[in-house]
Order: sequence, then C-alpha cells, then structure tokens
Amino acid sequence: MTLAMDLGPVSASAAAKGRSKIERRMMWRALLFVAPAVLLLAAIYIIPVLVLAGFSLTDYQLGALSTRFIAFENFVQAFNDPVFLRSLTNTVIYAVIVIPLGVFLALGLALLVYNRKRSRAFWEAAYFLPVTATLVAMATVWQFLLHPSIGPVNAAIKWLGFEPVAFLSNPTLLIPTMAMIGVWQILGFNTVLFLAGLTAIPKDLYEAARLDGARHPFDRFFTVTWPMLGPTTLFVVVTTSISAFKVFETVAVLTKGRFGSETLLFDLYLEGFEYSNTGYAAALTLIFLVIILVLSIGQTLHLDRKVHY
Amino acid sequence: MQQSVELAGIGKGFGAFDVLKNIDLSVRPGEFLSLVGMSGCGKSTLLRIIAGLERPDRGSVAIGGSDVTELDPSARNLAMVFQSYALYPHMSVRQNIATPLRMRRLSLAGRLPLVGALAASAEVLHDIDKSVEQAAETLQISHLLDRKPAQLSGGQRQRVALARALVRSPAAFLMDEPLSNLDAKLRAHMRNELAALHCRLGATFIYVTHDQIEAMTMSDRIALMNEGQIEQLGTPSQLYEHPATLTVARFIGTPSINLVPVEVLSNGSVSLFGHVLGLAAGGHDAGPATLGVRAEHISIGSEGLPLRVLRTETHGADRFVHAHLLADETLRVTLRLTAGEPLAADTADVIQVSFPPERAHLFGRDGVRLAALPTDRVAA
Repeated sequence: MTLAMDLGPVSASAAAKGRSKIERRMMWRALLFVAPAVLLLAAIYIIPVLVLAGFSLTDYQLGALSTRFIAFENFVQAFNDPVFLRSLTNTVIYAVIVIPLGVFLALGLALLVYNRKRSRAFWEAAYFLPVTATLVAMATVWQFLLHPSIGPVNAAIKWLGFEPVAFLSNPTLLIPTMAMIGVWQILGFNTVLFLAGLTAIPKDLYEAARLDGARHPFDRFFTVTWPMLGPTTLFVVVTTSISAFKVFETVAVLTKGRFGSETLLFDLYLEGFEYSNTGYAAALTLIFLVIILVLSIGQTLHLDRKVHY
Repeated sequence: MQQSVELAGIGKGFGAFDVLKNIDLSVRPGEFLSLVGMSGCGKSTLLRIIAGLERPDRGSVAIGGSDVTELDPSARNLAMVFQSYALYPHMSVRQNIATPLRMRRLSLAGRLPLVGALAASAEVLHDIDKSVEQAAETLQISHLLDRKPAQLSGGQRQRVALARALVRSPAAFLMDEPLSNLDAKLRAHMRNELAALHCRLGATFIYVTHDQIEAMTMSDRIALMNEGQIEQLGTPSQLYEHPATLTVARFIGTPSINLVPVEVLSNGSVSLFGHVLGLAAGGHDAGPATLGVRAEHISIGSEGLPLRVLRTETHGADRFVHAHLLADETLRVTLRLTAGEPLAADTADVIQVSFPPERAHLFGRDGVRLAALPTDRVAA
C-alpha cells in the first residue's frame, strides 16, 4: 500500500520529465525549421534597419574618420530644413493626385475593358505597356513630348490657339505634371489588378441582382461590383500609395530637383549619395519608412473591417 | 403571386449545338412544376430563358398572359433561388432579404450607398423592414438577421435565399437545383419544407433538378427533359406508372426499373429468351424490344423466370434482392421484398420469379412505349 503510494508521484514526475524532454526536442526542431526564414529576414531587413537607426543618431559622413553621437539632432534639423519640408510637401501633393486618379481611372478602364470580348487582350496589353517600360527611359520620352517648343503636346495646345505651357519649368506645374506621368505609369498595373478582381466575381451574383430588380447599371455596380472589389481596391490603394511616396525617377530625369521640385526620395538621394551626409540621410530614410508604415497599416486596419466579409 | 408561365416554340442553340428544340410548356397558376433530366438536357437553360437571363433564339415566353420575351429579368417580377444561393456576401442577412424590395420601392437616389438613407422616405424604409422580418419569420431565420452569409451554415443560407425570393410577391418562383449543395438528411428535410411552403403560398413554382426523388416528392407535375426536348409531361404517378419512353422509365424510380431485351414475334406475342410471356404487343412489327418491370412488381414463386441471387440489401422497411438472369449473367434484376416477406434464398441460390403482365412496360427499338395487353398471367 505504502509502496504504491510512494511510487505514484515518482512515476508521474518521471513521465513529466520524459514529456518535457520530448517537448524540448520538438522546440529545437521547430526553431530549426524557422531558422532560415528568420535569418534571411534579419540579414535583409531587420539588421539593416537597426544599422540605419544607429546611423541616424550620428553625424557620420561617408568616408569620415571620426563620428559623433548627436542623439536626435538629425531629426530636429530635418524638420527645420526648408529643402526637406519642401520635398515632403511635394511628395504629399504628388500622392494626393496619383492615388485617387491611379485607383479610380484604373477601375473605370477595367470596367470598360472587361466587357470587350475580342479586343480585351489588346487593351490589356496597351494599358500594361507603360508598366513594363523603364520609367527612366519613358521620362525622357515625356521630356520630349512636353517640351515647350518642339514637343507635340505643346504643338497641339498652340494649334488650338492657346499659349504654350512650360510643363517642366513652371514650378507650380512641375509636381502635377510629374503626377500625371506617375498616373500614366501605374494605370496599367492597377487596371490588370482590377480586371483580375472583376473576373473573380461570381456571375450568379449579377444574375441574382438582375432578378432582384437591379435594372440600372449603377444598381449592379453598387450592389455587386464595388463591394465585391473591396479586397482588390484595398490592395490597389496600398500599393499605389507606397509607389506614389517612392517617386524618384521622374524627378531625377526630368528636373534633377530644380525649381524646388525635390521629392522625399530625391532629397534622401541627394543627402546620402551626392553630399555623403550618411547620418542625416539615415534619419530622412527613417522618417520615410515611418510614413509608409503608418499609411499602409492605417489603410489596412481602416479598410479591412469594411472590405472583408 | 399566382401566375401562369407559357412557353411556346422555345429554341436555343449555343454555336452549332441545339440545347433546346422547340419547347412548348404551360405552367398553370399555383402549380409546382419540376424540370428534371440528366445534366446537359437543357433544363437549366430553359429556366434561365424563363428568368430572362438567356434570350431564346426562337419562341416566346409569357407570364400571366403577357409576353415578356423581350423584357429584362428585372422587369419580369420573378424570384429565383440559385444553386449557389448567390447571396451578397458583404451584406447582412437583413440587407440581403431587403435588396429586392429596395430595388423596387426606392428611387435611384434612395438606392445609392451612404447618401441613399437621406433620399429614401422613412415610411417606405419602415415598410421594407417589416416585410423583411415577416419573410424571416416564415423561414425561421429571425435570429440570423444581423449575420453575414459567411457566418451561416449551408441550410441557413438556403433559407436566406428563399426568404429573399418570397419577400416580395413574385409572379412565380424559379429554383435552380436549390438543394443540391445540402447533405442528404437536410435535403430530405428541406424537400418537406419547400412542399409545405408551396402549399402555404399557393404560388407558381418552377423547379429544376437532376434528382428524380426531389421531383417525385414535391411536384404537381414533372416535365422530364432529354436532349433539349420534353420527353414526358405529367404527374409523378403518371411518369412512374406509364413512362412514355425508355428514357423516362430509366430516369424515374429508385431502384431503377428492370430492363431486359425481348423479341416481339410476328403474331404479337412477346418472347424472353425463348419463353413466351403473357403479353401481346398491339400494332407493332415483329422485332427486338425492351421489357421493363419495376422491382416491387416482381414476386418469387415456385415457377417462373429463373434468376441467380447476387446479394440482398436491407433498407429497414424494404429489402432488395439483386440477382441476374440465369440465361444471361449481364442482365441484372432487382426485386423488392417488404419487411414481413420471408426470403428463402441465399447468395448464389436460384429463385424463380414472375410478374403481373399488366405491370410490364414494353418499349420499341426507338425507345417509345408500345401498347401491350396481358393475354394471361405470365410464366416464363
């Protein structure tokens, strides 16, 4: 009797020991399996961001022999730097034009193209071409097209009897002009995304809507198409916002930042690679990262609740 | 609510393939009519033509006596339940059921999202809300009104789809295989509910299915379709007891009808493997034909056609004996025994069976029913 009672707890703890040994081995295996992904993420993303954050707290200049820890001075300087503030404003204006136009024009195009039967493939390819082309090369073409004296756009404007427009030297027109080029570039990609979204809408929802009395195309759009495109729209808005905030090539090729047309990424490039202010550029990069992060997290959280069913 | 549906000379082809060939069909007001047939027989296309989702190449559709062939589905005042239910996934159950009423009773401005609430009259909105709650009550889904379709089970979605159909009073209900996504038990349950719903509403139902049991159990009349034509139109018992063609005989009934090849002799008598049956085929040239007998009409006796038992199957109230002809192993025969009837045969035993000749169906080479009169009680 006593023997049995004594044995009870002993065997129980032995079992627990055995179990924990198995558990520990399983945990090692699990770690082994996630290791490649974790290491890659760390090497490619996490460590560089940490290094960047480290640089942003110093006055390091590329190739300098000594460097000082200056805490948040770079950030204070940034928000007193007229060039940076101008580039921030420019980028916001650019994004405010590109995001709605890039999304809604693409939706409109997708709706038009979707109902074409034979010509659909042609329109898809036509609108997708700018996406495949290098923006640097295309910017050169746009430079020619928009040239005040030899460009065909201004030739057309003059033919209509108006004054030629200095698209690429009038400071107030610069950002909107570049935004238009940005819309042109992103339109095809977004259209293809919307087309994929449209294809995924079950046909019988439209049929149900028609039998439910949706006689007007607007009814069908608001009852079926638009809500069913919710997830696609969320994705398109987020990717368009990110690429709008990353605008660089058009500025680098068309104006090189003249006439106060710097954007965030262009200013960052100047500081980091032209002026070798590595510490300052790192601080600007962090600010840029925070903006992108806030935008995409905010949009995802806000829209996610409405979009998924 | 109770309107007739008349189809005259409906024809429809997709490319070179004729899906429907000259269909005439009149559905009486308040009738439950099933369109049944194998997949590809054109039954769904016919329903879609009635709904206005497909345009017929020829012929006309009339609802309640007025021609609607050229009308858009939204103007036909029909309600349809889809196989997939086609619920709007982003809307709550309440909004789903309200959609047909909103589309009909609100102005275009009132139907717009967000701003619509301002443009719509409060009285109409209140009316719609009341109708929705009534429909939900009829189908016992009042407690689900604020859920989204994704949070519902298959059977609940089915009920929502039905509620959306009956929330307004349509001229007729169209149903495209509405039960085929449900499991067997729920399907049997919903069959009863649909039949009860039809009784209560007294509305015209046109019901498409490939499941003959659904058609047999619920319908007032069945139109059995095959290769784009109506093979037979009649009550379930007419189709079961007097199949007009071999296709109908094969399609209707569980277990399937027993079919054996027979020979019609020049004097009109029918011969099965050399045994003359007590049947006389009237007005038919001599030649090969097919004899059909239902499982419940065959009885085991001390004399008759010899069969070898393959196995027996117990279904509770019924037992089925599967056997093959002793004369030809490939010819299978199924017999139904009622529970009380003792079976004095084991697997591989030879039994002798007979059937009353008036219960036999004779089909000619072209599959069309032949007139056959019993001459005497059959002995094989």
